[in-house]
Amino acid sequence: MIISVVSGKGGTGKTSIAINLALALEEGQFLDCDVEEPNAFLFLKPEITNQMDVQVSIPDIDTVLCSGCGACVKACSFHALAQAGNKILTFENICHGCSACWLVCPQKAIKEGKRSIGFIEKGQVKSLECIQGELNLKEPSAVPIIKKMKTLIDQKKTIIIDGPPGTSCPAVEAIKGSDFCLLVTEPTPFGLHDLKVVVEVVKQQGIPCGLVINRSQGDDQIAEEFAQKENLPILLTIPLEKEIAQLYSKGIPFGKVMPQWQHKFKLLLESIKAGDAS
Amino acid sequence: MKIAFSCSGNDLDAMLDPRFGRAANFLIVDEDTLAYKVISNAAISASGGAGIAAAQSILDEGVETLITGNCGPNAFQVLNTAGVKIFTGQSGQIKGLIEDYKKGVFTDSIKEATVQSHSGMGKGL
Repeated sequence: MIISVVSGKGGTGKTSIAINLALALEEGQFLDCDVEEPNAFLFLKPEITNQMDVQVSIPDIDTVLCSGCGACVKACSFHALAQAGNKILTFENICHGCSACWLVCPQKAIKEGKRSIGFIEKGQVKSLECIQGELNLKEPSAVPIIKKMKTLIDQKKTIIIDGPPGTSCPAVEAIKGSDFCLLVTEPTPFGLHDLKVVVEVVKQQGIPCGLVINRSQGDDQIAEEFAQKENLPILLTIPLEKEIAQLYSKGIPFGKVMPQWQHKFKLLLESIKAGDAS
Repeated sequence: MKIAFSCSGNDLDAMLDPRFGRAANFLIVDEDTLAYKVISNAAISASGGAGIAAAQSILDEGVETLITGNCGPNAFQVLNTAGVKIFTGQSGQIKGLIEDYKKGVFTDSIKEATVQSHSGMGKGL
């Protein structure tokens, strides 16, 4: 079973919830798919056993064979190629690796090349397998890394995915194929605004979902009204509490050292797995 | 010699558009006869690579000089490789700019991009 934790708005507490949920697992996998700024390993502190490169395809042009006909430039839907005189210019950051250019080249002057855009690290904390992706600086697309991470999923296990913020391609890629989405929000107008968008995306994918309200100060009406309207069950409410914030700042998952929360995360996980949470 | 102007209109009265890759049109003007041709910028709504595509479209017209407001790094690389002279920081009506050009006002073509990528995408600018 795959459980994804997403929020739309950044900074609502996705990673906190995801790692506490992962620690409540007897055995399973944890994937930090927020590859533009992964931070779950700061809390889980796994021993890294494995690192792998993530590469994407790019055109590799043989300038001797190239006749400068420009067929590749016309074939590129992403404007990653240009022709200046007889010279073909390649813009690797814009290339989507679609292979059109080397397929259309009448001179067979283009072959498929590769370039690295980031890496994936694997580690272990007891019986929890931890996987984290990291996109290199200045790279525009996180999607290939998330795709590669998801090939490492062992469907027989319970998998917790810490998703990226937002609702663009990386977030969609992260939640794709999930059996359940846990939506984390804060009871503020900003939290609600982005929650609305993420609910739309999750529902469009047909994934059952439930809500966690984080940093509650007692009055959660703004989130509760929306939850009621959308038929979203509120599965957990976490108060704005100094002890939780202090533990976070030290890189300690609060569910690990506060027994009452450890218990609540176990119950939450059980109800999701039993299908009672949506 | 052909000069390209980024613009929103479609004749010599048009105002220069300060953006290059996201300009609506390019007016391609023959310096000697003042005959002109309008090409609409297909890259205006491209999801990416607008500067590159726009640069390619004016190169395909045989342009040797570009007069615009700003030029990003990718468009600059394409045009510079093709030997196009680029003059930025301009504004006003195209017919006035042609007169200026003929008077020899434009002497310093740019040697590097004047703005970063995506500057023409209108984030409240």
